[in-house]
Amino acid sequence: MKLDSKVPPGPLEQKWERRIRDGRLISPANKRRYEIIVAGAGLAGASAAAALSEQGYQVKAFCYHDSPRRAHSIAAQGGINAAKNYQGDGDSVWRLFYDTVKGGDFRSREANVYRLAEVSMKIIDHCVALGVPFAREYGGLLANRSFGGALVSRTFYTRGQTGQQLLLAAYSSLMKEVARGNVKLLPNHEVLDLVVIDGRARGVVARNLITGEIRRDAADAVILATGGYSNVYYLSTSGRASNATAIWRAYRRGAGFANPSFVQIHPTCIPPLGDYQSKLTLMSESLRNDGRIWVPKKPGDKRPPNEIPEEERDYYLERIYPAYGNLTPRDLASRAAKRVCDDGRGVGPNGLGVYLDFSDAIRRLGVQTIKDRYGNLFDMYREITGENAYETPMRIYPAVHYTIGGLWVDYDLMSTIPGLFVLGEANFSDHGANRLGASALMQGLADGYFILPSTIAGYLADIPHDSRPPTDAPEFAEAEEQVRNRLRKLLSIQGRRTVRDFHARLGKILWEHCGMSRNRSGLEKALQAVAALREEFWQDARVPGDEESLNQSLEDAARVADFLELGELIARDALTREESCGCHFREEYQAEGEGLRNDEKFAHVAVWEFQEDGKTPARHEEPLRYEFVKMAARNYK
Amino acid sequence: MIRRKKRGGRDAGTPLGLFRLMKVRLKVWRQEGPNKPGRFETYETPELNPNMSFLEMLDAVNEELIRQGKEPIAFAHDCREGICGTCGITINGQPHGPGKGSATCQIYMRKFRDGETITLEPFRAKAFPVIKDLIVDRSALDRIILRGGFISVRAGSAPDANTIPIPKRTADLAMEAAQCIGCGACAAACPNASAMLFVGAKASHLGLLPQGQPERFSRAAAMAEQMEEEGFGACRAYGACEEACPKEIKLEVISRLNRDFTLALLKGEL
Ligand SMILES: Cc1cc2nc3c(=O)[nH]c(=O)nc-3n(C[C@H](O)[C@H](O)[C@H](O)COP(=O)(O)OP(=O)(O)OC[C@H]3O[C@@H](n4cnc5c(N)ncnc54)[C@H](O)[C@@H]3O)c2cc1C
Ligand code: SF4
Ligand code: FES
Repeated sequence: MKLDSKVPPGPLEQKWERRIRDGRLISPANKRRYEIIVAGAGLAGASAAAALSEQGYQVKAFCYHDSPRRAHSIAAQGGINAAKNYQGDGDSVWRLFYDTVKGGDFRSREANVYRLAEVSMKIIDHCVALGVPFAREYGGLLANRSFGGALVSRTFYTRGQTGQQLLLAAYSSLMKEVARGNVKLLPNHEVLDLVVIDGRARGVVARNLITGEIRRDAADAVILATGGYSNVYYLSTSGRASNATAIWRAYRRGAGFANPSFVQIHPTCIPPLGDYQSKLTLMSESLRNDGRIWVPKKPGDKRPPNEIPEEERDYYLERIYPAYGNLTPRDLASRAAKRVCDDGRGVGPNGLGVYLDFSDAIRRLGVQTIKDRYGNLFDMYREITGENAYETPMRIYPAVHYTIGGLWVDYDLMSTIPGLFVLGEANFSDHGANRLGASALMQGLADGYFILPSTIAGYLADIPHDSRPPTDAPEFAEAEEQVRNRLRKLLSIQGRRTVRDFHARLGKILWEHCGMSRNRSGLEKALQAVAALREEFWQDARVPGDEESLNQSLEDAARVADFLELGELIARDALTREESCGCHFREEYQAEGEGLRNDEKFAHVAVWEFQEDGKTPARHEEPLRYEFVKMAARNYK
Repeated sequence: MIRRKKRGGRDAGTPLGLFRLMKVRLKVWRQEGPNKPGRFETYETPELNPNMSFLEMLDAVNEELIRQGKEPIAFAHDCREGICGTCGITINGQPHGPGKGSATCQIYMRKFRDGETITLEPFRAKAFPVIKDLIVDRSALDRIILRGGFISVRAGSAPDANTIPIPKRTADLAMEAAQCIGCGACAAACPNASAMLFVGAKASHLGLLPQGQPERFSRAAAMAEQMEEEGFGACRAYGACEEACPKEIKLEVISRLNRDFTLALLKGEL
């Protein structure tokens, strides 16, 4: 597997400009002759489909939701970063770049991150033009707030519903292009395989989720913007339908999978409540602007929070990381929470929780200000827990939230399969080993509105626009046959256990051995346990119904079957990375409770290449060279 | 990990960790496919924790059905936190069920009595044909947006974001309207099956902002026209939509839409 990052030469600040300047162009008349498939219509996919169509390409946009407006991006709460420096607090492209590289524990590609910081400003301009009602100050200019891992205020937001407003804006620009007749929209369609012909991505096989009909579509290039795979852990903050199938099928067709074990565990989620639970709910990190995190100093202290005097509380983030305090990056904050709970100082019914306390902020700013800033989050908390966080501290606990790993892409966002591009959470780019808050929305929109539409011409210019294969090519037939066989096989198991039961067990294995804290023997156990569970699944799962109509059980089963393969790769990746970095904490590599990186051996992206079923995938490395910043131990103290 | 108590009566407001298990009986609309006849079927739920969400209750019922070799109840859902607009069940005659400002996925079992019979139906409106059981086709809402629920700017062509200051109040009002999750409960609740609250929300959101002015009148007119073409009824100001709306979108958005619609007529933009 060749891993050429294709980063342009020259000074950091000139690389992106240079790529655009030296990039190939396609004439407007010819653009119309290219057809591009975009799978996924979240922030990354909808923005890409809209921007490609605006440029004149023909686009087919697939999503499994009944409308693009429902993609999981809609749930993002806190905000989106941009280096606008509207607050005049010393922000700059360089600082956003540096914060992101440092936050990612020096495991990302410098040039990509710098470009992201540069493009961030245009995103805000465009979103305002599209009608995103960002929060404003009384003077009418845009307001900002702070997020973890930064000492400046660079986060733009629309109350606690930033993802919603950004997605609705991207959806509206997509609909504008659908109305123009340039984008063909295929909602309720799930892409189940990628078609590769002569080494190039040439199309997809998809299933109409309402009628069960399987269709083939050919294209000049295929874009996957299908989101993250947090749901491999069963309980996560993702929408229930989020899944890995599109990228997993592409991996099986030859796309490299980078850093699969880099999974972000978010420190501020509502603690798990019971076995019946179907998902976990995030409480936006923006709450850490005003909330203070603490636990009792004494283990097993069962007094209600208001009865625990100040001197018997441990504001552990402020104590351990005085410079960043409650705004310490996510990976560190989550591990610190786990540690105090492991010490027996956790709060709540099952001891899995820490307090997030607003009483100081309410005293300082008044209830109304807190309501204005976080009202909907407090409401949500009350609905779920029945508790009033204006009066008693919230209880929070870490939960799986975001997958930093994903399909490997080069500087142009192209995977190891020529013609297959990957955007948004589905790719591995930009966040290294830990993503900073409010940076996923930024990355998704940067990829979709600005980066891909500039880089894709470089690929398309090399292939004649009339070379789209017919959909009766043998590769299409083979892919469709595989898809059909797989669905039939799932329906024919007729075992005793439900798909959900397997999914929950898979989640438990991964959470226990491949979650916030990992070690060799646990990971070895996980490898075996996942393989055994997969075997059991194919013998004992029960999937009701047929494949010729709407069948939600079948949809789930196919997704879980892929998770059962991906879970093993996650454990394998975690096992082979013998260092701690960012979210990946290996107990064997630490000093004084902080993870120890091994830059000599592991300053690289690990990229996995599928071999065949039953064979261990091959591990490749893309070395990471830091030319412009110095790799240092992260310090938030 | 959670202290269980014996089964008993209603337990609203009990803090987490202390509760009594409950059971309910469901009367559920079952319909195999779009043009098939439908009927109600009754199911007893297994024992439930009152802190379960309504959809988690349905998950539990479906697990049982699958184990018994029966067809699970089809219902739409995704985010399960009231923001994607995918869910939508008419519970005891109310779209999204009891509780103001909540989508179906934000309803918790503690809202119901132990032993209660709960009726579940799909969102009913002429423009929302049933696909299966509790799932309806709401693509009509997308087709309304297609007629102008956007601002026509190309990526990369916008001026600096702070070029046009927007009064905080205007931005706040626009945001209130922009919160619509496109669930369709307004139309399902309306005796006339009108989607005016949905259309008004989008017209208000964009029509209030300076960026939305150039297309303001044509947008309002075209979306309202499409609404009619989709088979939604006209607004008779019953106000049932506002009651049902999980995002508490206000009737004002309809007045704004009507005003813009009239102006569009006057300006000849219709
Ligand atoms: C609760 C929550 C809060 C968050 N808050 C923030 C925040 O404040 N700031 C921030 O920066 N980030 C936040 N994030 C992260 C961020 O929301 C996501 O990383 C980002 O929105 C992902 O966008 P995406 O376009 O890559 O994928 P998604 O929005 O997940 O979209 C995936 C799309 O792909 C489609 N799809 C998937 N598979 C297939 C298939 N096989 N066939 C066809 N279509 C398919 C889906 O239908 C969907 O349209 C948050 C995440 C969560 C879970
Ligand atoms: S206006 Fe309210 S009820 Fe109607 S679609 Fe929007 S959110 Fe749903
Ligand atoms: S499932 Fe998303 S709003 Fe209810």
